[in-house]
Amino acid sequence: MTERNDGPSRRRVLKGAAAGLVTAGVAPTIITSAYAQEYRNKPTGDTVTLGFNVPQTGPYADEGADELRAYELAVEHLNGEGDGGMLTTMQPSNLTGNGILGKKVAYVTGDTQTKSDAARASAKRMIEKDGALMITGGSSSGVAVAVQSLCQEMGTIFMAGLTHSDDTTGKDKRRYGFRHFFNTYMSGAALGPVLSDEYGNERRAYHLTADYNWGYTQERAMKDSTEAIGWETVNTVKTPVGAGDFSQYITPVLNSGADVLILNHYGRDMVNSLTQAVQFGLRDKQVNGKNFEIVVPLFSRLMAQGAGDNIKGILGSANWNWSLQDEGSQAFVKSFGAKYGFPPSMAAHTCYVQTLLYADACERAGTFYPPDVIRALEGHKFDGMGNGPTEYRAADHQCFKSVLVVRGNANPTSQFDLLEVVQEVPREQVEYDPAIFGGELGPYEVAM
Amino acid sequence: MNFQGIFSMSRKDVTTLVIFSIVVLAMPIWLQPFGAAYPDLMQRFAIFGILAIGFNILFGLTGYLSFGHAAFLGVGSYTAVWTFKLFSMNPIPALFFAVILSGLFALVIGYVSLRRSGIYFSILTLAFAQMSYNLAYSVLTPITMGETGLQLEASDPRIIDSMFVGEEAGLPVSNIFGLEMTGIPGFYFCAIFLLIGFFITQRIFASPFGMMLRGIKSNQTRMNYTGFNTRPYTLTAFVISGMYAGLAGGLMAVTDPLAGAERMQWTASGEIVLMTILGGVGTLLGPIIGAWLIKYFENIFSSFNENVLHNLFGFLPDGLEGFVVEITSMFVGEGWHLTLGLVFVLVVTFLPGGMMEGYRRITTLFTGGGGDGDKAKSEDTQTQPAE
Amino acid sequence: MDAILLQLLNGLDKGGAYALIALGLTLVFGTLGVVNFAHGALFMLGAFCAVALRKLLTLEKVVLDTENLTAWGTPTEIRTPYVETWFGEFGAVLVNYSVPLSILVAIPVMLVIGVAMERGLIKHFYRRPHAEQILVTFGLAIVLQEVIKHFFGANPIPQPMPENFAGAADVGAMLGMDPNVIVYPWWRLIYFAFSVAVIAAVFAFLQFTTFGMVVRAGMADRETVGLIGIDIDKRFTAMFGLAAVVAGVAGVMYTPLLPPDYHLGMDFLVLTFVVVVVGGMGSLPGAVAAGFLLGILQSFASMTEVKDIIPGIDQIIIYLVAVIILLVRPRGLLGRKGVMES
Repeated sequence: MTERNDGPSRRRVLKGAAAGLVTAGVAPTIITSAYAQEYRNKPTGDTVTLGFNVPQTGPYADEGADELRAYELAVEHLNGEGDGGMLTTMQPSNLTGNGILGKKVAYVTGDTQTKSDAARASAKRMIEKDGALMITGGSSSGVAVAVQSLCQEMGTIFMAGLTHSDDTTGKDKRRYGFRHFFNTYMSGAALGPVLSDEYGNERRAYHLTADYNWGYTQERAMKDSTEAIGWETVNTVKTPVGAGDFSQYITPVLNSGADVLILNHYGRDMVNSLTQAVQFGLRDKQVNGKNFEIVVPLFSRLMAQGAGDNIKGILGSANWNWSLQDEGSQAFVKSFGAKYGFPPSMAAHTCYVQTLLYADACERAGTFYPPDVIRALEGHKFDGMGNGPTEYRAADHQCFKSVLVVRGNANPTSQFDLLEVVQEVPREQVEYDPAIFGGELGPYEVAM
Repeated sequence: MNFQGIFSMSRKDVTTLVIFSIVVLAMPIWLQPFGAAYPDLMQRFAIFGILAIGFNILFGLTGYLSFGHAAFLGVGSYTAVWTFKLFSMNPIPALFFAVILSGLFALVIGYVSLRRSGIYFSILTLAFAQMSYNLAYSVLTPITMGETGLQLEASDPRIIDSMFVGEEAGLPVSNIFGLEMTGIPGFYFCAIFLLIGFFITQRIFASPFGMMLRGIKSNQTRMNYTGFNTRPYTLTAFVISGMYAGLAGGLMAVTDPLAGAERMQWTASGEIVLMTILGGVGTLLGPIIGAWLIKYFENIFSSFNENVLHNLFGFLPDGLEGFVVEITSMFVGEGWHLTLGLVFVLVVTFLPGGMMEGYRRITTLFTGGGGDGDKAKSEDTQTQPAE
Repeated sequence: MDAILLQLLNGLDKGGAYALIALGLTLVFGTLGVVNFAHGALFMLGAFCAVALRKLLTLEKVVLDTENLTAWGTPTEIRTPYVETWFGEFGAVLVNYSVPLSILVAIPVMLVIGVAMERGLIKHFYRRPHAEQILVTFGLAIVLQEVIKHFFGANPIPQPMPENFAGAADVGAMLGMDPNVIVYPWWRLIYFAFSVAVIAAVFAFLQFTTFGMVVRAGMADRETVGLIGIDIDKRFTAMFGLAAVVAGVAGVMYTPLLPPDYHLGMDFLVLTFVVVVVGGMGSLPGAVAAGFLLGILQSFASMTEVKDIIPGIDQIIIYLVAVIILLVRPRGLLGRKGVMES
């Protein structure tokens, strides 16, 4: 930890001197403050600022709004307001409701627009201007990967929001990035045995896949796990993102001899392709003497809402659902519902948990100094956060916990009761060797 | 243009250049009260300024409305990042290749698209840009890394750098012999290019070449009838403007080494068009002001959440405060798009010719009648309807 | 063979949608010469007429049951739709047919919106540069979108079609082929028929009514028509209203196929411009022809057999065809000389 205690490093002197030359007194405050800090945005007053970077415009704006609600709730709970939510169920917990390390939690927000450029601009503003010590949020893997690598450069911890691609904690993993959400590998591994139980081992699957990184990893995961249970893959077809009308990709499915359609789509693509596939009568079809089935590997309640009745009976996987009966989930649903009048989405859950985990890691490390906080998070085991016993694996900063296999609820009791949990697949079944995805975490210490 | 011609500037141009330079270089000071004086946004101000003035050389002078200019921005970014990965973290070669490659790209697209004019030209450029975007996002993923964006990796070869510098922990940062292109130095690096770009644009506007382009705008048919082939001139303007975009794209990669496909999407092209029109088509400064305004809205207005508003209006009595916060929150934070849309409508309705028209009106108000330069400006902006 | 026939059907229904949206755009863009970037927003507003009507029809009386609490601690709600309490069976029928019924709502609403837009804003821009028309209509589109987002949220809202039309039709059997080989959703067939009907109606209106004749004359030579004492402005206002209605009903009927959200218009905007320009400026038949041509080509380009030969072709086919057509035919398929060329 030379950077921390010693004088300025060679690089910093060079940079400082050069900056001084260029700016020549234009911005003296910036240079002096760079010397005074031991690490970027070290909180000096009685508050600590967190940066919530969520989509506020564009197709994922509702998901972003829900994430923001969860963040606001987490800040309340950390500051000792409200009923405490998961602070009361988290184990082990060093959180007392007295802020983080005695400092009151403040926050700033930004709009990712679900674009990597905009997300990085917004994160940079929070770091450079607003003094955010930690960045969190997001609703797609492209954004997560982009912001995560920025945070590595800036030496700011990034607690990812909703991101499901293997790359986030695989080939693009970073020392400063942490993901609580699950990934496509886990979705595939969790769904495989359930699909085998429900639909048998002699099936022929047809994949429609969103033509970008997440889609590729999702397709690979589903192909591997379905072929492992004896299914045959008839075809895999890439579809343009935001195609809107998928009919030209659905018609070839009709007479392909496939009896299962796997939709590796998310968000609006999934809402549209599922709606249209059902209209083509696929679910009333008999092929090879079996009922034709549709599988959607990644579900969320907001998407289920968009797909309406078409989602009923469809199998998929999820990170969390508000209907879970464990103590942690119930505490969270209760305090979220009391504040906003409806239950949280799984995006909200993961964001809430991430904030608490970061705060707790700071408390355990006894400092905000990022490398120490990172070490506190690495390999940390905890419980009571809604997913059972969970571990932040040190090798890739991925949380390992049970995964939910869910089904579109045939008889919802309310407008929020759209998914029923079929099975909680235990961690052992979805775990994998971090080496299979490669990638490199990078250093703890970052030159500023 | 002879050598002497380049430096013989009118006094008005010199004054504009000097004032503009002061304004740009002093950004860290005067942007302070607007909450915009942080490196990233100032870098963006400089970069999008370059993009907008480059676009204006084509659109403002020749009247050809390209709706696919973001493609050159994307090509510039991808080239720069690849140069970083393969050769060196020094920004100079990266920018050099970015400008050259986007210039070549513009040459090809321009050669084809300029065979048509008016809306047909616009749609051709749009089509090329959308094809580039769609391919970069999907099937070209091995080269562009698709949705995630092209990034540096520790395992990159960096042939030239690896000869001089040993392994360092973590990813390298773009630097000129140790001076890292982030933060304030990064801003000044971009600002210098903005000033150079501005100077060149001034020279083009005042040159015979610029006059020729204006002639094409006002009546291409007549120029063709005189036996004059206009295509080489428009193509030159198109390529120059593509190179400006490539430079901007390269600088984006220099200050932040990531190139994403959405930089090439039609919305990005549309944003360049909007910046230019909002500021004032055909004026020197207008497009830059338009770019700054839009980027300011995007980065600052979107960051006002209810919390911030409550602090801002905290002095009001409780009931009133709640009401005011309720109303304002529709226009900021997640509602920043609404404000942007309203600004577009209001500016163009009341200030035909964009923000620069507003500036002209104000100066006319104070001086009681504008000078020659102002008249020239208003001629530029009052183009004829197409039919 | 069946694969080709199915893709042809796809192309026809896709083409119907493109042609219908392009038709409205070409009425203002290709004939009035106004670059209307808010046209996509009009399509979206039409779709939200359907959403709003369904919302109204399914308004529910909420009774709070304080005995039973939800998981999040609020009383459970017992919801009964008002229409069913008031009208019984008939109410259920109304809800079932909400999408087609929305057309009746959308026509007057879109007419008012279109006329208000033209009178309030667009008419000041007829003689202004195209650049400024782009800025003002784009700004307007953003404002309309944000207003919708404010009331309906950003998530797509499903609009079920009437149950009788929910399934798929066995088109193959109807044509005397093997059953269950060529099945196609009823609603897509209806959408195709609907688009053909609307297109025919618009053409007939312009061709056979005096009003239409004056408008066509005005399109060709606005000044002369004005000189002979006809108030051409009023006709143009009406044209704008008509365009808005066409866009609106196209949006209404599309909702069962594509659950609408506030961003729907922007997704169609670029595509629609391409269709109109490929068809040729100032030509209504051109826009319709281009719509069907691009729809059909897009469908065929998406076949796996084609994608195996040229990877990614389905991503770019529309733009590629646009480039080729514009290079071969300088004014698109059926464009008039001198419209929007400078």
